[in-house]
Amino acid sequence: MRDVLSQTEIDGFAEVSPTAAEPVVKAQDLNLIFGSGENAVHALKDVNLTINKGDFVSFIGPSGCGKTTFLRCIAALEQPTGGSLTVNGMTPDEARQARAYGYVFQHAGLYPWRTIAKNIKLPLEIMGYSRAEQDKRVAEVLKLVELEQFGKKFPWQLSGGMQQRASIARALAFDADILLMDEPFGALDEIVRDHLNEQLLQLWARTNKTIGFVTHSIPEAVYLSTKIVVMSPRPGRITDIIESPLPKERPLDIRDSAAFIEIAHRVREGLRAGHTS
Amino acid sequence: MKTVMSVLAVLAVIVAFWYAACVPMNIKGVLDAAERAGEHVTPAAARDRRDAGALGLVAGNTFVIARSWSVDRPRLPAPHQVAMELWETTVEKKITSKRSLIYHGKITLSSTLLGFAIGTGLGVLLAVGIVHSKVMDMSVMPWAIVSQTIPIIALAPMIIVVLYSVGVQGLLPKAIIAAYLSFFPVVVGMVKGLRSPDHMQLDLLKTYGANTAQGFWKLRLPSSMPYLFASLKIGIAASLVGAIVGELPTGAVAGFGARLLAGSYYGQTVQIWSALFAAAILAASLVAILGLVERLILARMGVKS
Repeated sequence: MRDVLSQTEIDGFAEVSPTAAEPVVKAQDLNLIFGSGENAVHALKDVNLTINKGDFVSFIGPSGCGKTTFLRCIAALEQPTGGSLTVNGMTPDEARQARAYGYVFQHAGLYPWRTIAKNIKLPLEIMGYSRAEQDKRVAEVLKLVELEQFGKKFPWQLSGGMQQRASIARALAFDADILLMDEPFGALDEIVRDHLNEQLLQLWARTNKTIGFVTHSIPEAVYLSTKIVVMSPRPGRITDIIESPLPKERPLDIRDSAAFIEIAHRVREGLRAGHTS
Repeated sequence: MKTVMSVLAVLAVIVAFWYAACVPMNIKGVLDAAERAGEHVTPAAARDRRDAGALGLVAGNTFVIARSWSVDRPRLPAPHQVAMELWETTVEKKITSKRSLIYHGKITLSSTLLGFAIGTGLGVLLAVGIVHSKVMDMSVMPWAIVSQTIPIIALAPMIIVVLYSVGVQGLLPKAIIAAYLSFFPVVVGMVKGLRSPDHMQLDLLKTYGANTAQGFWKLRLPSSMPYLFASLKIGIAASLVGAIVGELPTGAVAGFGARLLAGSYYGQTVQIWSALFAAAILAASLVAILGLVERLILARMGVKS
């Protein structure tokens, strides 16, 4: 794929990502305009971004900044109107068919008529895995999100946080390399959220997935990410990309460290700049 | 216990109201009979009584009030008369007898159930088509709505005649009239139910690369179950009405419809009322059975009730 790109495009990527890591998602001058004429909404304007393998990338910004829209473009749930976007060197559509990513929504969206285990089986059934393989994978991912005891329970028997963990397990079940998460913990209270953030980091370290994570919360973004993408609205665009110097090992109290506070400050500055411009 | 008492209290009020209504409704017949038997009634002349108000007659002849509850052919039969008729024509008559309501009920029930099955099948099929095809949504749905604006009593004889001319008679024409009434709530409920999954649910399936059939079986159909059962309960009651209406223009000799018609020919109000009650009890039982099936299925689906 790389050899078909022009030299300027490669330079563009090099600017964003100086490391020689393996790129997973590449967006080049990505534009998305909803509607037309006077009602047209410029949801994404000239977005350039490279996500490398193993990155934990957070997208942060106020409502309408296009962070969710960008994630949906990667997932081929929205069609960009301009520019190029590749996922694992393929178009987003092809990448979806190749099962390149799992998607986690803000609401767990578990089927109330299925047990937790059967909910996790849903993508496996659709993708045609054998019965034995389904059971094996369900057991694996239940363990990964620490819900081994709850496979036979129905969603309403679980708390909101546990339901969201089950929905993450469902996204992990078919072992996609990329995990796209759209404000997955946005509807949960802060204590549960802290706990899930910690677990998510552990899960990320164990599985070496590439994660795209949309959030409203500055501490959450700084705590989780290796790369923070600050966005601003009208038109939706990237205003800052911050490579986090924090180590991969992150206890919760790292949030009181000077480095953490400094990054948080820069994110806040980026958000403010986007707001006033 | 408190609920049971409240329900019984409401029932008692209804029955009391019914008994009270029997008195003015039947008073003139009772007074005529009393006059013929040589009793003194006010006013004494039948002509004067004809123009008098019923409530005034009741006030002037309080001694006949009790008799208005046991008239042979009342305008409005008293509850116990209907209850006795129901008892006699269900429990005491052999079910093969033409006077047994069980016998008539079986006839009506069979066309109700067949019509319900046809109507439900048709309704579900149409709903599936409407949800998956824009063309069907725009072409079928308006006709389904229009079909329900025509009074069934006007349409039923035509259905019977048309089907008779192509050699179809007996159970099927009545079942088709029943189906005509019962498919509509199923279509409406099922369309709503199949469309009930939100965008997020549909997007999720999209990310798995699920095809339309998988989306239908795994998401849309299970989501539609509560809607389907609500529709089925309306549908089966409508189906029973359709079956009874279907019996009216056929000159049918059996079934609740025939029983109602015969009762009205011969002024047998007790017979009409008992047939009406039998139909109501049958409808209520069918709805209750569906409610039970619904609870069983939803419980098996793990939905908290």
